[in-house]
Amino acid sequence: MTASETDVVKGIRSEYQYGFSNSDEAENYFFKSGRGLSHELVEAISEHKNEPDWMRKFRHKSLDYFLARPLPTWGGNVAEIDFDNIYYYIKPTEKQASKWEDLPADILDTWDKLGIPEAEKKYLAGVGAQYESEVVYHKLQADLEAQGVLFLDMDSGLREHEDIVKQYMGTIIPQNDNKFAALNSAVWSGGSFIYVPPGVRIELPLQAYFRINAENMGQFERTLIIVDEDAYVHYVEGCTAPIYTTDSLHSAVVEIIVKPGGRCRYTTIQNWSQNVYNLVTKRAVAYENATMEWVDGNLGSKLTMKYPAIWLMGEGAHGEVLSIAFAGEGQHQDAGGKCVHVAPNTTSVITSKSISKDGGRASYRGLLEVAKGAHGSKSKVVCDALILDEDSRSDTYPYIRIDENQVDIGHEATVSKIGEEQLFYLMSRGIPEHEAAAMIVSGFVEPITKELPLEYAVEMNRLIQLQMEGSVG
Amino acid sequence: MAFLEIKNLHVALEDGTEIVKGVDLSVDLNEKHAIMGPNGSGKSTLAYALMGHPAYEITEGEILLDGVNIVEAGADERAQKGLFLAFQYPHAIPGVTVTNFLRSAINAIRKARNGGQDDPIPVKEFRTEILAAMERLKVPRELASRYLNDGFSGGEKKRVEILQMALLQPKIAILDETDSGLDIDALRIVANGVNELVSAEMGALVITHYQRILNYVTPDHVHVFVGGKIVASGGQELAHKLEAEGYDAFIPKEAEVAA
Repeated sequence: MTASETDVVKGIRSEYQYGFSNSDEAENYFFKSGRGLSHELVEAISEHKNEPDWMRKFRHKSLDYFLARPLPTWGGNVAEIDFDNIYYYIKPTEKQASKWEDLPADILDTWDKLGIPEAEKKYLAGVGAQYESEVVYHKLQADLEAQGVLFLDMDSGLREHEDIVKQYMGTIIPQNDNKFAALNSAVWSGGSFIYVPPGVRIELPLQAYFRINAENMGQFERTLIIVDEDAYVHYVEGCTAPIYTTDSLHSAVVEIIVKPGGRCRYTTIQNWSQNVYNLVTKRAVAYENATMEWVDGNLGSKLTMKYPAIWLMGEGAHGEVLSIAFAGEGQHQDAGGKCVHVAPNTTSVITSKSISKDGGRASYRGLLEVAKGAHGSKSKVVCDALILDEDSRSDTYPYIRIDENQVDIGHEATVSKIGEEQLFYLMSRGIPEHEAAAMIVSGFVEPITKELPLEYAVEMNRLIQLQMEGSVG
Repeated sequence: MAFLEIKNLHVALEDGTEIVKGVDLSVDLNEKHAIMGPNGSGKSTLAYALMGHPAYEITEGEILLDGVNIVEAGADERAQKGLFLAFQYPHAIPGVTVTNFLRSAINAIRKARNGGQDDPIPVKEFRTEILAAMERLKVPRELASRYLNDGFSGGEKKRVEILQMALLQPKIAILDETDSGLDIDALRIVANGVNELVSAEMGALVITHYQRILNYVTPDHVHVFVGGKIVASGGQELAHKLEAEGYDAFIPKEAEVAA
């Protein structure tokens, strides 16, 4: 234990404050699978969860797809992921709690340190908290429950609303969509299941919090959100993990259906520690006059590959992707967004802001597609990159496919360096260098943080401040 | 000893070119000094070097602020010790509102003056002060929630510089070509702002190409700056002489003496 502790301590960057782990408790799990991936493992997970036969088959088939597909060779370097060394399923507690105090003390302590119970009291309508593979805490405000809102962990969703899950799961992101979606489909556990009935508007956000605690853990949550006609929900997810010297893997699948006139906003503040591969597939469909918004903040992880997508399926649908990527030392953020205009008179905006520093690499990768017949569609793509030093790198890969003439498409990209003159100006007012640099960076991403609820905007700015500390000068 | 003492100051660019070639100058609280010089004489370099711009290297000499040599200090530390520079071309900081910027700057200075312990200005006090100062300097209220200098007119930028000076309460304020790009009304407002602030608590060093601003900010001391040096010093009458005769009268003769 002392040897590994030394390694853990060595790996700690002073900026990352969520790097603690409950190492003493690591062996207190209710159930922990062996390392590695196999049909036996898939069978064991499904059996353990007592799933219906169709889900068991879905998992096995997905594993076949995963094994048959080659690793992607574009984006980031995923060749070093050691799939045989990963724990694919860890169940930390026997039962899910709906009161924080019912959780084991060490797990509750983790959530307390992350401030989740406090946040729930102040400004959330519902909370799900996933620790390793399972959602250990779940709670929705009673009045929303009474209005027919469903907010469950995905496993409970499958048990209690099997018909809905069966109808939608894998329809937005097919199990063979890509190698990591196939992996998730095979070994998924946890995640959120949300249904908002017609006309119900949930004013406060629902939040899910994802925590990896074990070393070499693979977390594969699966989220399905259905926003019915004229309904509204804002779903927020946050993610952290301890710092280990070997890698963990987070590979989620998120499917969202926004029915006519509905609106869904999905906000992510991803702050994984720098030993986590974060390879996530997120896709939404928006029907007539529906609105889908992805607000995607990527600050942590070793490698993130994530391109939240919106398919505009009905006339008048609107899609927005706001993406912030911050790549520090040893980090590669390959992020962006996709908007596909299928129906006429649909609109979309993709705004990407990336920051790279200390040798970090931030890439914008995006797709804008207008299908034949989607006349009158409008889209605007803006990607701005800020590079903080000579060692860092920024790339832009904007893919645009237009099969319709009657469209209005705009694309702008800028790359800038943090200006010595701007820094000097702020410092000449007494502001220390790292604070001045953080201020410039916060200002750079302000068009996106101003879209966040106040508490998250404050959190985002604080995270940026932490990322910047001690890095300049 | 004056609050700001500049002794035999030499300043060079990164490539080694010497721009400021030995300046001696004392500016005390409650004093108004003017440095007048033609374009390219090194006035702005002097201002930047005093404030600690990293592109300008002080190769020789001392800058004493309240008796302490600040040559090695960063711009932030100099500001915390009471030095202020009103920029000729203030920089835009997109995404950062004037209000947030001012609060950060005020709190940074308060922290430094409180021995490194946070001492944030109370919200109400900040609001009262900023509104009063904006009113006095005729800074439109809507500028407070705009991004700092982003899309501001020349006059707005200069007024916001003076607003910063009023709120940060420096001991010595250097104004670099603050009159450039101002119409006469704006110039009057800015000059009044400077006049109000110069007191037992603050001295000012006004750097200018034209005599115009000196009609409104009447200096106690005027220094003629040519070829990186002060070539003549005197009272207000020196400014009028310059206005009437131009810099030519100073250049050949004084330059020869210098050489």
